[in-house]
Amino acid sequence: MIPQPRFAGDLSTLKTHAFGHRSMTWWGVIAFFLIEGTAFAMAFAAYFFLMNLEQGWPPPDFRPPGLVAGTLFTLLILLSEIPNTMLKHAAEKGQLRKVRRLLLLMVGLAVAMLVLRAFEFASLNVWWSDNAYGSIVWALLLLHAAHFATDWVDTVVLAGVMHTRHGQEGRKFVDVAENAMYWRFVWLTWLPIYVMIYWIPRWAS
Amino acid sequence: MTAKISPRDHDRDGEKLQGEALHFRLEKTWSREPGLWGWLSTTDHKEIGRRYIVTAMIFLALGGLVSLLMRLQLASPESGLISAQRYNELFTMHGTTMMFLFAVPVMEAIAIYILPLMLGTRNIAFPRLNAFSYWAYLSGGILLWAAFLLNIGPDAGWFSYVPLAGPEFSPGKRTDIWAQMVTFTEIAALAVSVEIVATILKLRAPGMTLARMPIFAWAMLVVSLMTIFSMPSVTLASGFLLSDRLVGTHFYNQYEYGDALLWQHLFWFFGHPEVYIIFLPAAGFVSEIVQTFSRRPTFGYTAIVLAIVAIGLLAFGLWVHHMFATGLPRVGYSFYTAASMTVAIPSGIQIFCWIATMWDGRPRFQVPLLYVVGFVITFVLGGLTGVMLASVPLDLQLHDTYFVVAHFHYVLVGGSVFPLLGAVTYWFPKFTGRMMSERLGQATFWLLFGGFQLAFAPMHLSGLMGMPRRVYTYPEGMGWDLTNLLSTIGAFIVALAVLMFVVNALLSMKRGQAAGANPWDAPGLEWATGSPPPVYNFPHIPVVTSRTPLWDNRAKLPVMTGLRVDEREQLLTTVIDARPDLREPSPIPTIWPFVASLALAALFVSSMFTPWAVVIGTPPLAAALVAWFWPKSPDVTPEPVIE
Repeated sequence: MIPQPRFAGDLSTLKTHAFGHRSMTWWGVIAFFLIEGTAFAMAFAAYFFLMNLEQGWPPPDFRPPGLVAGTLFTLLILLSEIPNTMLKHAAEKGQLRKVRRLLLLMVGLAVAMLVLRAFEFASLNVWWSDNAYGSIVWALLLLHAAHFATDWVDTVVLAGVMHTRHGQEGRKFVDVAENAMYWRFVWLTWLPIYVMIYWIPRWAS
Repeated sequence: MTAKISPRDHDRDGEKLQGEALHFRLEKTWSREPGLWGWLSTTDHKEIGRRYIVTAMIFLALGGLVSLLMRLQLASPESGLISAQRYNELFTMHGTTMMFLFAVPVMEAIAIYILPLMLGTRNIAFPRLNAFSYWAYLSGGILLWAAFLLNIGPDAGWFSYVPLAGPEFSPGKRTDIWAQMVTFTEIAALAVSVEIVATILKLRAPGMTLARMPIFAWAMLVVSLMTIFSMPSVTLASGFLLSDRLVGTHFYNQYEYGDALLWQHLFWFFGHPEVYIIFLPAAGFVSEIVQTFSRRPTFGYTAIVLAIVAIGLLAFGLWVHHMFATGLPRVGYSFYTAASMTVAIPSGIQIFCWIATMWDGRPRFQVPLLYVVGFVITFVLGGLTGVMLASVPLDLQLHDTYFVVAHFHYVLVGGSVFPLLGAVTYWFPKFTGRMMSERLGQATFWLLFGGFQLAFAPMHLSGLMGMPRRVYTYPEGMGWDLTNLLSTIGAFIVALAVLMFVVNALLSMKRGQAAGANPWDAPGLEWATGSPPPVYNFPHIPVVTSRTPLWDNRAKLPVMTGLRVDEREQLLTTVIDARPDLREPSPIPTIWPFVASLALAALFVSSMFTPWAVVIGTPPLAAALVAWFWPKSPDVTPEPVIE
């Protein structure tokens, strides 16, 4: 027997979207942070585990990676937080035109960074198949590149959506704001990787 | 009795729209298209949950059949029934299937079906991701079993240790298939974990504070977080393994300063929590069953919840006890021995709370509770041998013997499969609208319980007498003949019992006694709606004021109204107090998760043959994902509510 209802409250006046932890999107993004963050943490652990076993870091006869591309990438990704924060605020205020412009800017900045990333691979001074050092250095850069590319595609799609009439919906602004939060995670994870790829081999050798 | 509704407003449930009229409207909104297209596109958690359950049970049967073949081979010494190579494949398939394709998915499957009902909501969070996860899981299962049937099944054991699984000692595709199957199932499990965490934290019925949440929900919350923190490790490990095998990296190659132990660390950092990922949902089942059948609220709710959380945390400090035989620093031995023994404490607390609930209640020993009793006995025995194995000197003697095989079957079958069968019997009326046969169920339980003890108790002795695991045969005169014969007889009794369970389920689905909404007089919200539930789960959103809402509101259940009936709308509540907060739409069905899973499968399978598959396979996958996320509704109508 299904119990009879006793009407105890009305939900019809609740809002249909909100930013931050009130929205479902935010929780999805946080969960993916945790998953990807764990994957990075395990890769970092593997890096130090292998470092302990190699004869040198980098091994003898290998030079540490060239600094130029990686450092430029790092500077640019740190600077990109300025438009990213502006984008997040604009989304939270529902300023459509500003959101559209800033999304395009973020897409463009990321393209420049993707080009730099390609040069980073070229300046590692080791192949993945040379030794365990090469394997883990390539793995770190590749993992972050995949992470970066995923968010770039996400940003491109959002830029597209915000330029259609769907861009007027409140929930799409939530998506933009949470994507901006994801971008912070992308550069935060990069900072330790930058140190591990470019600087630890210099300090350790 | 449809009320007159202002054209300016959207139709909502409420005093003016309830009963048949509401049912008609909600069903129209929440139903999917009929036919194959609709079947492939569905986002209904119940439909996907049912598929998951049936698929996982098929894998249980397949994994069981494989074990019967092994037991036939081991029934007598120097049996020539199965070759050494085939035997390697069989134990690899058995372990891999049971762990990756049955145990973890089946627990998630039950949660996918039952949690949204338990929490009083209309659908799971991220329902398209849910659909995608099922197809990814199915792809992994098909990959593994198709490979086995094509005679390229994996043969390096379910934990696929390097260097055996590396390119030097396992040429060919067998291990690649194993590793890609892992990737598929981990993607599926991670996706489901995200959905479950979000569902539990954001979609609970108003008033269902964290402290009033069913213990099963607590268990699934902890399990999902454990999955999130452990499975990336095995995904990374199997990715490294694949790249060592396919593109010549050296993660595990000691000649280029990689290390085989890196594999063991990464694998067991996942593999040990995995054991609790399988056990804790079962602890949730047990709590629900004990409460209902003891006709009293669970004794020590807070203690059980804290124990679940403690087990979840401790599980991450135990992985090295699988590596005692690899040679570790002394402090490592001591730490992991202490941690392994510590985990017995919260497990013990749970057991005492369940026994106390039964002691103080008025227990009805129907089939679900029988399985709980079987669980308590078997799990405690397995736990005791676990404490024995936590001691390093003993572990070094017993490592890789049948004693270990006996131990983990006692904890895994006793700790998970028994509660699972109890849970299936318990929720069967909710899934199908009919009861399983009690008489056949009781006979099945006793046969299963006896058969299990006969199969696995003698393995303790085989192991103590030195019989190693994973040997395809053994010579006469080792003293292992009788114990092995008994194990084989027991295994066939278990198989007969499982067959009886399946027959019972199939017969009951057609001819079982009609169940009604709440046949067991249970207290949880899942019993406050029809059996099987309507596609929209609840006509009005239930309100919760205690841990046992249906026992405390026997006359009338408080509900909240005002969700739209012309759109799939869900109520979001606050994380801790479950106060009503937002109305958000639940995504409509779409084919794109299915298409994305096909693209993913094409990418993964072809990447075993050429790394270029990653380059060629990514754009179609990305395109499918973009189509999935692209907004579907053609008209944008900001609704006339106060914003």
